[in-house]
Amino acid sequence: MAKTISLTINGKRITTVPGTTILMAARQVGIRIPTLCYHPRLSATGSCRVCMVEVRGRPTLMPSCTTTVEDGMEVVTANDRVLEARRLIVQLLLASGNHNCLTCQSNGACELQKLAYDLGIEALAFPARSSGYPRDDSNAMIERDPDKCILCSRCVRACQEVQVNEVLDFGYRGRRSKIVTAWDLPYAESDCVFCGECVSVCPTGALTEKQAKFQGRPWELKKVRTTCPYCGTGCQLDLNVRDGRVVKVTSDTLHGPPNYGSLCVKGRFGYDFIHHPDRLTAPLVRHKEGFRKASWDEALDLVASRFSQIKQSYGADALAGLSSARCTNEENYLFQKLMRTAIGTNNIDHCARL
Amino acid sequence: MIKKITTPDDLIRIKKQTRTFEKVPEKGVHVAVGMNTCGMASGAKETMAAFRESLAYYDLDAKVFRTGCAGMCFYEPLVDVFLPGQPRITYKGLSCDGVSRVVEDHILGGQVVENWVLAQTVVGDKRLPGIPTYDEIPYCRGQHKIVLARCGHIDPEDIYQYIAMDGYAASAKALEMDPEQVIDTIRRSGLRGRGGAGFPTGLKWQFVREAKGHPKYIICNADEGDPGAFMDRSILEGDPHAVLEGMLIAAYAVGATRGYIYVRAEYPLAVERLRKAIQQACDLGLLGPNIFGSDFSFDIRLKLGAGAFVCGEETALIASIEGKRGMPHPRPPFPAQNGLWGKPTNINNVETYANVAPIISNGAEWYAAIGTPDSRGTKVFCVTGKIKHSGLIEVPMGTSLRKIVYDIGGGITAGRAFKAVQTGGPSGGVLPEALLDLGVGYKELAEAGSIMGSGGMVVMDENTCMADVARYFLSFTRSESCGKCTPCREGLTRLYEILDRICKGNGHADDLDRLESLATTIKDTALCGLGLSAPNPVLTVLKYFREEIEAHIFEQRCPAGVCPDLVWYRINADRCSGCGQCRRACPVEAIVGRPKVPHEIDRMKCVKCGTCLEVCPPRFHAVECVSGQVADEPQAVSSER
Repeated sequence: MAKTISLTINGKRITTVPGTTILMAARQVGIRIPTLCYHPRLSATGSCRVCMVEVRGRPTLMPSCTTTVEDGMEVVTANDRVLEARRLIVQLLLASGNHNCLTCQSNGACELQKLAYDLGIEALAFPARSSGYPRDDSNAMIERDPDKCILCSRCVRACQEVQVNEVLDFGYRGRRSKIVTAWDLPYAESDCVFCGECVSVCPTGALTEKQAKFQGRPWELKKVRTTCPYCGTGCQLDLNVRDGRVVKVTSDTLHGPPNYGSLCVKGRFGYDFIHHPDRLTAPLVRHKEGFRKASWDEALDLVASRFSQIKQSYGADALAGLSSARCTNEENYLFQKLMRTAIGTNNIDHCARL
Repeated sequence: MIKKITTPDDLIRIKKQTRTFEKVPEKGVHVAVGMNTCGMASGAKETMAAFRESLAYYDLDAKVFRTGCAGMCFYEPLVDVFLPGQPRITYKGLSCDGVSRVVEDHILGGQVVENWVLAQTVVGDKRLPGIPTYDEIPYCRGQHKIVLARCGHIDPEDIYQYIAMDGYAASAKALEMDPEQVIDTIRRSGLRGRGGAGFPTGLKWQFVREAKGHPKYIICNADEGDPGAFMDRSILEGDPHAVLEGMLIAAYAVGATRGYIYVRAEYPLAVERLRKAIQQACDLGLLGPNIFGSDFSFDIRLKLGAGAFVCGEETALIASIEGKRGMPHPRPPFPAQNGLWGKPTNINNVETYANVAPIISNGAEWYAAIGTPDSRGTKVFCVTGKIKHSGLIEVPMGTSLRKIVYDIGGGITAGRAFKAVQTGGPSGGVLPEALLDLGVGYKELAEAGSIMGSGGMVVMDENTCMADVARYFLSFTRSESCGKCTPCREGLTRLYEILDRICKGNGHADDLDRLESLATTIKDTALCGLGLSAPNPVLTVLKYFREEIEAHIFEQRCPAGVCPDLVWYRINADRCSGCGQCRRACPVEAIVGRPKVPHEIDRMKCVKCGTCLEVCPPRFHAVECVSGQVADEPQAVSSER
């Protein structure tokens, strides 16, 4: 039998397995420890120091996200010492940069804002100081505002560990610290592939979807789960819809296959076709002067009759089917079934094989 | 000479065949010039060249050697002259201009040149009158050299001279012991890490030995970043093999096969000497495969640091060796379990490794008998600041600060009064006169609110403003913060900002509480040693010099007369003779007055540079620096008067 570890958190006895962090052990029994730099998909770095807890016998507070449990450990997650430290840390972050919630795209979805509220912070303890770094507005997809960045490094780890693009890292030192691309170039000139993984993990408004700016507040958006149509992977998308318009695409399937919250540039940012005026919304049938709108029934009947004509005149093997990698497995299955049974040919192939 | 050393006997043979420069052949002359960075900065290169030229001119059977720093940096260039049958004579401050006189009067004429003579080292019973021995020089009395024993006595670029002074004998001995025995010896000696934290070295080695994983690594932390600290540099420049040997023994003990020395690129001479030392040790088979014919193999590589203070922190240092940005990560896991490339790693600093070979040679009991029960052995300190003799000293643990400052250091410069001493570099605490009788030890310093650190010791005199000092150290640590954790990155800046406004006379009444709570929280929450110790100067200044900070806040007064925004200059009319020196020296023409009539300072023009105070002849003492007294409104003084 595997060894178990017994400890107490806030006086509550807990038995868990070795290697569990204090944070996880606390969550197992429903004790909430606030976090900021912690993210379930990323390695824990213990850098924000918000999840500090008191461990009896240790001279300093310990970060619960990186400290693993030990037998007999006595943990306190919220006494005066812990709360005072936590408040001061959040105060320091609130005063770094320019956290103006009123105009922030992430207002209502910001973890720093929520923390400040939960800790009962009413006024800034320190005068706010801008980072002095300009906004990176270099591209059509991601907007970076260093003045809202709290250097939690989630974006860095997401880029390095999840996407393994390794575009981001810390630059400079001390209060001049900044999340940078190589040579501190704007995103557009960097190696960034605009997958938006960094945006998806950012706890504040430092990294936001540019197309969604001023299109809707987090609480105004209705999320509609769908499957990405771009390829056969089947990534789960959440269309963020306001007033019948898709204003943003996210993926909140943190723990779910196949994409576990990750998306590519097309899935995340390539949705402008949805409401584009050039988009085809009905079948078109060609005639002498060009195209004319038709109903689905008319269009499908036309296709079926022409296919039947060809089959009668030249045999079933005169027809061939080529399906698309953008279809799902199920669609591909149905397509080959159609070709083999309805048309009666084995001439069926798929673009991914080319 | 032996090509490869494969047995301990080979070492003994080399030892017999090698002469260090301290053994002069009959009719020969040896001259040794201190050629560490401190010597070279004082012109030792030129002195050495002048000796070569002059000795060649007289066609003498003479050899000129380079050697390391004997610790008396304030006397550089230091030159030792060895004549057969004569005491060794040490000259201080010998620039190239004095060389010909030493050659002509001393080497040729047998007459010691008194202008520059510092000390003699008696050989046999022959002692020259009127010249003190080293033991009679206050700076050397009370020192106990273990780590620095060879510095100044061998050519650091010659492995044979190291071997001639029992070098590598300890590693031969260690390799005949069980690794566990080696660890046990180090453990019993009571050696604690000299890099700052003071973790018991033997225990650390044991953890690495017991840790699962292969290969294991040894790292030497030579990223000495504290301003005013140069212990490690001096050891690396003066006796690099001592460090290599310590690493070799450690590697054998913990079962490591590769070592890295992480050394600052700003130490070019140390890097060069380490490169040569590693090459020489490889050439002789003391590094590489099958050392001393055993199945133990070990090699050492150099990794140059790029000047980040935080890379002295072990996890940041390891990240830097791995090619990542030098940023610390939380411990546990400790490097002993999960270090370089995720493997068990032993990391000690230069001075710790330099202590290893003497402990193995002389035994744990010998070492444990030195120092205090809590802190065994000796410690090298860099004593700098407003002290007469700034340099490198090695004293037994437990030596009082008073002895270091007054007996060894010679007291405060310019006859001023002692005010404070800061131990442990920029993140150490500032200790007042009342604590001068404190013996230096890990526990004692920690209890006083400071740290041992790596051994920096900055002495401050009465003209030092403690608010300004705290601000200065914070300006260093805040800009060296790696930016990873919030309390260090943001908190140190806020501490600095509060101190800055206090220094400028804009402090608020609640700033004392604010400083205290902020500093305490940073010490409670920061991720690595940098952030955890950076508030020490603030907390100790609040503890020991609170009135001085209060004077800044509540009276807009800087008692030490340092903070420019809180001081002004005036001329005491009763004392001023109207000599005009200050008027002529003033860079902004703020001083007016006719000859032989008391002058006045136009406070509207004055930029508070203090030049007038400096140039006012001491017999008048008419210029006064004033702070905090209720003054008349500044009035422009008409220059036509």
